[in-house]
Amino acid sequence: MNALLRPTEIMSPGQMSCPGCGLALGMRQVMRAMGRRCVVVVVPSCVAVTTGPFPNYTLGVPAFHSAFEIAAPTAAGIRNALIQQGQADIPVLAFAGDGGTFDIGLQSLSGCADRNEDIIYVCMDNEAYMNTGIQVSSATPEFTWTGTSPSGNTRRKKKIMEIMAAHRMPYAATASPAFPEDLERKIKKAKSIRGTRFIHVLAPCTTGWKIREDMAVKVAMLSVETNIFPLYEIEDGLKYTINYRSRRLPVERYLEVQGRYRHLKPEQTVLIQNEVDRSWEELSARAERSVVSDA
Amino acid sequence: MRKFITGNTAVAEAVRLCRPDIIAAYPITPQTPIYEKLSDWEDSGKIKGKMMRTESEHSAMAACLAASLTGVRTFTATSSQGLALMHEMLHFASGLRTGVVMAAVNRTLAAPWAFWSDQTDTLSQRDTGWMQVYCEDNQETADMIIQAFKIAETVLLPMMVILEANFISHFMEPVDIPSQKDVDAFLPAVALPRRFDLENPGYVSPTVTQKQFEAYRRRTSDAMTHALAVIADVDEAFGKAFGRSYGIVEITGAEDAELVLVTTATITSTARVAVKELREEGVKVGLCKLRLFRPFPVQAVKEALKNIPKIAVLERNISQGREGIFCSELKSALINCTRPPQVQGYLAGIGGTNVDPPLIKKVVHHALALKTFSDGPVWMGGDA
Repeated sequence: MNALLRPTEIMSPGQMSCPGCGLALGMRQVMRAMGRRCVVVVVPSCVAVTTGPFPNYTLGVPAFHSAFEIAAPTAAGIRNALIQQGQADIPVLAFAGDGGTFDIGLQSLSGCADRNEDIIYVCMDNEAYMNTGIQVSSATPEFTWTGTSPSGNTRRKKKIMEIMAAHRMPYAATASPAFPEDLERKIKKAKSIRGTRFIHVLAPCTTGWKIREDMAVKVAMLSVETNIFPLYEIEDGLKYTINYRSRRLPVERYLEVQGRYRHLKPEQTVLIQNEVDRSWEELSARAERSVVSDA
Repeated sequence: MRKFITGNTAVAEAVRLCRPDIIAAYPITPQTPIYEKLSDWEDSGKIKGKMMRTESEHSAMAACLAASLTGVRTFTATSSQGLALMHEMLHFASGLRTGVVMAAVNRTLAAPWAFWSDQTDTLSQRDTGWMQVYCEDNQETADMIIQAFKIAETVLLPMMVILEANFISHFMEPVDIPSQKDVDAFLPAVALPRRFDLENPGYVSPTVTQKQFEAYRRRTSDAMTHALAVIADVDEAFGKAFGRSYGIVEITGAEDAELVLVTTATITSTARVAVKELREEGVKVGLCKLRLFRPFPVQAVKEALKNIPKIAVLERNISQGREGIFCSELKSALINCTRPPQVQGYLAGIGGTNVDPPLIKKVVHHALALKTFSDGPVWMGGDA
């Protein structure tokens, strides 16, 4: 194979995630785009499981496993220290899960985005506390089964991208391990920008979503093709760009392959479809407004 | 240069002279003037380091310890609720062997709400692996900030320099602020290990086994033991450079004392007046000032107090269900003496009430008259 086409892997074998993990695949793609010249912060989550217990270590760059709720200020502390040392050319990336981002880490992430700390923050969202089993988080979609929402989650998934956009941060984007070129382009774009950059990766979890071990990429693809998880980016909190026009498949196609939705009633599927359609219209309108204001 | 300043300003002046690279802080009464003063100086370029105006004390400590791991000099200041919020990260800062320095202004912990001096906030952080020194006045506080950077960066453990709300933080006293040249000569440029090396990528704070965890804790424990000698050396070097040193334990009038009063922090300066008056009245009383709490100077305490028949410990804090915390620590340090002194604990000034010379004299007379020493504390109260 042409060496130019074959990407240089930064992560190495030895990681401890479940077989077929979508999150580990997403991390691998993120690290490929980051390259060797960076410092990484991980916090308790499946990200830390993937990074490995001592003496295993898979990330391939210097990293720090910090506390659950402080991925962002930890990365900012390292970044500011590197600048003080005259090493401003070394970017710092923070990996956190959905619990560490949507829930317990939201305050400290908001603080960093508000100060526009010069970090790249990547949320590897598998839509529940998967590292501790399968417990509901504010990233868990409505009606979804988890160990602590046995009859289905009663709350909607928190709109983290809108929360981040409200900070007017320079760059926020969604990305999927089923669309590696898009994901790598976004990481590289983030690297070229200064200030707080936020990447939201939806990472299928074979264990928690109750999908087959060979299904993570397909489910990630379906999340995009059904508009459950559209691929888009937001610049300066204002300019919305949709990066991929999906096939707008019915949400059943995404839901029916996951055991965590086995209990869904037909009317609940309709409600999910309605909410997906509503969100898509809203996103499309924002993207259109951005084009108009650009012209 | 001699300046008439508050304890908080004295802390800020000392921090500025130590050339910190990263300061991260969050407002809380009565620490806030430290944060404001340092922010002013960062804004005007008087401090070359970066001020991170974080959204909580928890994040401030997260940023400080991460910056310290990167290899720069870091400082934060907090009080009370802020310190309690930091608690989780305090363990990280010591467990990862950082050199973070903190000014902790003793303030009551809620509930109920109050703003006055009470040592229970910092003493509650006893087991976090931080070194702790309790300061008597503005000058000692400023001097200990400068010493703390040298100690923390030598031992590779974080250090708290503790000053009391209002009695130090907001009271003005003449303070000798050394020159930049003299501080530069005393405190060399930061040389902490740089843990994030691109050429040799490693993983700070991985998940470890039971045995590995135990080994980490044992090494930290060895470092704490080693710290006692470092603290003594730094104090001596500071004395040579600046003409002021504090020793590990200060004891006066022990030679013929029937009773030694043990105090910490600002109660000590008032006790100096009370003990002098008692001596003039013919009462054979000595005074022992405890400064260092972690590491606890067991040998120095034993040396100072082993031949004293009676000891009264007077303090501004309580461990509910037991007694004043310094008293418990003192008893445990003395337990293996051949004939351990009898120790009576007294509580006064809790919540920031005033502990004046007449109250201190009352404590001494009470202890001298004791037929039996009680295992619990005697509440002495204090003036509002």
